[in-house]
Amino acid sequence: MKMIKNIALAAAAVAAFAVGANAAGAAKHPEKVDWQFEGVFGTFDVESAQRGWQVYREVCSACHGLKYFRFRNLDKLGYDEDMIKAFAAEYTVAGEPDDFGDPTERNALPQDAFPNPFPNDNAARASNGGALPPDLSLITKARHDGANYLYSLMTGYEEAPIGVDIPAGKSYNPYFKGGQISMASPLSEGIIEYEDGTAATQEQMAKDVVNFLMYVAEPSLQDRHSLGLNVFLFLLVLTIILYFSMKKIWKPIKAGKNVYEDE
Amino acid sequence: MALSEVKPNNKVLAWVEERLPILTVANSVMGPGTPTPRNLNYWWNFGSLAALCLIIQLVSGIVLAMHYTPHTGMAFDSVERIMRDVNYGWLIRYMHANGASFFFIAVYTHIFRGFYYGSYKAPREVLWMLGVVIFLLMMATAFMGYVLPWGQMSFWGATVITNLFSAIPGVGESIVTLLWGGFSVDNPTLNRFFSLHYLLPFVIAGVVVLHIWAKKISDSGNPLGVEVKSNADQIPFHPYYTVKDAFGVGVFLMVFAYFVFFAPNALGHPDNYIPAEPLVTPDSIVPEWYFLPFYAILRSITFDLGIPGTDIVFIDAKLLGVLAMFASILVWLALPWLDTSKVRSAKFRPTYRIFFWFLVADMLLLTVVGGKKPEGIWPMLGLAGTIYYFAHFLVILPLLGKKEKTLPLPESIISAVKKSA
Amino acid sequence: MSTVEDTIHGEEGATRRDFLHIAATGFGAVGAAVAVWPFIHQMNPAADTLALASVEVDISQIPVGEAVLVKWRGKPVFIRHRTAAEIADARAVDVASLPDKQTDQERVLEGKDEWLVLTGICTHLGCVPLGTKSGDEKGEYGGWFCPCHGSHYDTSGRIRKGPAPRNLEVPEYAFLSDTVMRIG
Repeated sequence: MKMIKNIALAAAAVAAFAVGANAAGAAKHPEKVDWQFEGVFGTFDVESAQRGWQVYREVCSACHGLKYFRFRNLDKLGYDEDMIKAFAAEYTVAGEPDDFGDPTERNALPQDAFPNPFPNDNAARASNGGALPPDLSLITKARHDGANYLYSLMTGYEEAPIGVDIPAGKSYNPYFKGGQISMASPLSEGIIEYEDGTAATQEQMAKDVVNFLMYVAEPSLQDRHSLGLNVFLFLLVLTIILYFSMKKIWKPIKAGKNVYEDE
Repeated sequence: MALSEVKPNNKVLAWVEERLPILTVANSVMGPGTPTPRNLNYWWNFGSLAALCLIIQLVSGIVLAMHYTPHTGMAFDSVERIMRDVNYGWLIRYMHANGASFFFIAVYTHIFRGFYYGSYKAPREVLWMLGVVIFLLMMATAFMGYVLPWGQMSFWGATVITNLFSAIPGVGESIVTLLWGGFSVDNPTLNRFFSLHYLLPFVIAGVVVLHIWAKKISDSGNPLGVEVKSNADQIPFHPYYTVKDAFGVGVFLMVFAYFVFFAPNALGHPDNYIPAEPLVTPDSIVPEWYFLPFYAILRSITFDLGIPGTDIVFIDAKLLGVLAMFASILVWLALPWLDTSKVRSAKFRPTYRIFFWFLVADMLLLTVVGGKKPEGIWPMLGLAGTIYYFAHFLVILPLLGKKEKTLPLPESIISAVKKSA
Repeated sequence: MSTVEDTIHGEEGATRRDFLHIAATGFGAVGAAVAVWPFIHQMNPAADTLALASVEVDISQIPVGEAVLVKWRGKPVFIRHRTAAEIADARAVDVASLPDKQTDQERVLEGKDEWLVLTGICTHLGCVPLGTKSGDEKGEYGGWFCPCHGSHYDTSGRIRKGPAPRNLEVPEYAFLSDTVMRIG
């Protein structure tokens, strides 16, 4: 029993460390959303992520790259090889130089990364009023409470409170640190028409694109959860057996036996 | 040191054993031929757990090095390739990242067990000091390992910590340039950190061998703090403590697995998923949780040491902070002599017991302070925590040993065990 | 200490047969063995490597009588669009007289006899033979010629003269359509 208390204490201490390690900024705390990928049984919401892929292609990709995402990674979002090839072929990427050494372009292939909308960071800044749109491949992991934060950010644009001046080219968003964000509200109702007929509300699109970006940031999540459950169950059984094995071995010692002299 | 000789019946084994008595050594360190106090409690499990963590880190680290590229242009990408494309790469990397935290959890518990039960006292001073050396090596290894993914926190952590050395009068700047191999943290720095991060764990393993050797010489301590007097006080290490350690490993691995599989980034910082950007400092630079108390001590010193009311400064604030941080760990080396009490275990030192928990609370406080921005009440709390920390080791322990009223010690381990049973 | 050990061993022998301890040891051993797998499997080709394990080639741009070189799994592959005369040459040879006895039919896909696909590595010591680019020396048999040690290959990529022991290897390939070929 004492042991259990100790473990609980240790766990509480670790939790305290984790909280301490994440010093919160001044921005408004993100709204809590129920995500299907959360929890030990969490899985990807494939249909939502497919819609999110459409949102990304038709809206986000105008400014944001996805450099660690390859077209072949779409396989776990329920697309078959031909569809993946077709998606890839809609984009062009740099090819091998031709026989005269001049640069060429070719259609993207499944093994290619999603092409960046800008050739380099300076071009991206120049097109966006000096602000650099971050690459989104890891965005859900690169922000504290990433999924909720992104959802809140995309649905949280509002009128600036009285007394807060917003310079031209900026928008007010209480979830963004400092309140002034260079990205105008990206998801307005009906900006896209979902292929599956779902109504494209701002909340729906925000949710879908977060589901997609979570998959992009952490493609192993589902494998991790299922393997984790098996490992955990195995360790639990092993530890229980070891516990009884230990109790049995220790029984005579607890009774005061002298191993070296008693028979 | 009495070795318990093993004479294998198998002819080949006997032939080898005669020339290299490896079974004899194993038997004498953790085998049936290793008499061990019969009353070790679960706090004694954390030594074997720390060893387990070292093995996990070595194995997963060697594997990661097969895929990692120590170059500023490719390090972050190569880590992402491990996470996305390498078979089970995500598992191995998450094991390594969380394994560092769990290594520190095991070692901190091991150290505080030593504080509580007076494990550092004669004749175990060298055993204890070797442990402090292991801890220092671990800190260096963990720090350099955290730089390798080349995220924002990697880069800025490396910048801040290497800059500490610039506080050294006269040669500070030259030393920092030497550490960097350039004029800022850059590719040469990353490359050498990778090299040293690979090397140091093997040095740790070497010191661990010495640590276990020293333990063999002085024998294990025990929760009562009285020395072994007869056979009745002891039991063989195997099977009694092997099975107990195995049970401990099972419990420990369950907690570890929870983090690796279900909360792999809970102990990390989100900024480290942003590639290093030398022109943009993150909002707040926070070290990994296991460095926070020492980071708090470093930051709590904001005043020069000099003669008040004059311009005379002996040690400026920056150097004083660095000295305080290093001193906060190095003071452990002197602990066997700072603690003047003849009684080892806090079980029989009721007053020390209270101060022990004060120290635990102080460390937790410093941990919290280390994670906060130095604003508002936090710098004050940090300074108070720092002062108390040093007071504990330099004032309280030496005086307490002389003044404290201790409880009567039991006659022997077996008599105490029988009484409580 | 020998007497002490005897006592322990005697007692242990009795307890070790206990089912509980066997289960614990067995379970632990199985767990450790399974845990080894990820550390072995990580050395197998990663997903990005496997994604490049096959390449698709547009063959509509290769005129009759010409050949191209493509890179596949880090190695050169020759794709030759053979003329009727070259096919006839390759089939007119008495197979029994060849060092590595293979008919031309065995080395191409049926119905696609004009397409010859070869791994471009000389079977002697691993050089890349000449003969793919127009203007290259093609050797005495109109196929390929390895400049390193003078091996001559015919229009079916078979070794005819020189030190190479075997014919040029034919990689696995298939036609996805009339214009697209997949190698690997």
